[in-house]
Amino acid sequence: MPEQIDTSRITGERLKEYLSQGKRFDERAPEEFREISAELGFAKNAEGSAKVKIGKTEVIVGVKMEVAAPYPDSKDKGNLMVTSELLPLSSPKYELGPPKFPAIELGRLIDRGIRESKFIQLDKLCIKEGEKVWTVMIDIYPLNDDGNLVDAAGIATVLALKNTKMPKYDEEEGKILHDEPLTKESLPLSKEIPITLTVHKIGKNLIVDPIVEEEDMSEARITITSSDGEISSMQKGNMKEIEVEEFNKILDIVEKVERDIFKKVEKYIK
Amino acid sequence: MTKEFKRPDGRKVDETRKIVAKVGIIPNADGSAMFSFGDTIAYAAVYGPRKMHPQHAQNPEKATLRCDYSMLSFSTKERIRPGPSRRSTEISKITEWALEPVLLIDQYQNMVVDVFINILQANASTRCAGINAAAMALAHAGIPMTNLVSSVSIGKLDKTLVVDLNKDEEDWEEGEGATDIPITMTHDGKITHIQLDGKITIKQLKEAVELARKATSDIYEIQKQALKDVAEEIE
Repeated sequence: MPEQIDTSRITGERLKEYLSQGKRFDERAPEEFREISAELGFAKNAEGSAKVKIGKTEVIVGVKMEVAAPYPDSKDKGNLMVTSELLPLSSPKYELGPPKFPAIELGRLIDRGIRESKFIQLDKLCIKEGEKVWTVMIDIYPLNDDGNLVDAAGIATVLALKNTKMPKYDEEEGKILHDEPLTKESLPLSKEIPITLTVHKIGKNLIVDPIVEEEDMSEARITITSSDGEISSMQKGNMKEIEVEEFNKILDIVEKVERDIFKKVEKYIK
Repeated sequence: MTKEFKRPDGRKVDETRKIVAKVGIIPNADGSAMFSFGDTIAYAAVYGPRKMHPQHAQNPEKATLRCDYSMLSFSTKERIRPGPSRRSTEISKITEWALEPVLLIDQYQNMVVDVFINILQANASTRCAGINAAAMALAHAGIPMTNLVSSVSIGKLDKTLVVDLNKDEEDWEEGEGATDIPITMTHDGKITHIQLDGKITIKQLKEAVELARKATSDIYEIQKQALKDVAEEIE
């Protein structure tokens, strides 16, 4: 029922009017995130997992390790695969069927955020050069979508990777021993934690961490993955253009808010 | 001999694993619930009654119940490829059949009641956990119902009947091996779903149904309590 799903024009107009006075529906400041909470290791059959809540938005991420052939252009490096499925369970706007663009983009944004930041040390995941390497499979699912799935998925992915323990691998048989407990060995990760953050432009205003109504009214957005001010991937989305002055402002927001988010999730990363 | 039978996790033959039931876990949904048997965790969300798409699928006489059962890729030790399988398609249909008899949806012509079931973690009996969660989610959504349904798997391990099979028991190989009988019932003894894989005598199957009747009436109480808990929160 699309007429129920999108934010109505009257709500949208009011939202914009509020924003022009620097106000939001839930009384947050434009650059303020909702409460973030996380739970690590909830999925016993995954090698690593995390559940992250940002306000009413809830996302779960699981990591499974597989052994496969390397790609021809990276014979001595592990593989990374990120997929996401926007479960119809999580919102009235999602339907069953093959993944549509938002699901594909979510997976791609997180994939590039993790890959380009070199958070996973893929060069340490080679078993036999040119023949066998570890594949890190990351699956992202929303349980409740109240806006800003991308940033929530970014945090959940980092935490799930931090939570990951390597399974036992039988080199002679070339098989992972699924029935045996996981080893104590963690996934090789870099010290720098990549944070994925999206800034939205609504009218003349720039905000972070939108609720669904704000996301529906977003005219342009920029998703940036960075670690302590160093940017590793970026993507602009949506129809409207962004002025260079606005772009510079967005970068200033990212510099500040990325550290805020890091401080909020730091306690889950030991 | 029956009395001495030892289950791998030390349970009594008529004992389920630890059950947790919670209603109202997905704020976006019209109704939602989680149900777990030990390490098997099912989430269910109900959306509707809402307009049926595509239009040609509309039923002018009553609402359609549409269930979708799906396991998350990391719910098992070996990763599951995303997307429907033959197994999940069948379980989705079986779930509809298990729930439909207690629903009063004749008045919502042309509409659909969508039930989405996701298995977050699997250790056998996932369809039963899914049906239990779905029944609670439908009640939570305020869909008119004559009753709840409650589901449990009865197993036969070699010659012994047990309640609520886990993965180790499902893979039982000694003696006659494992027979798996998932059963869904109302608390007043109506069967809405039953399946069987394995080998069993008629006499013992009748005993299995009696075991299910007892186990499902215990599960019914837990489901009812979870619904009451959320109703009290609202008050």
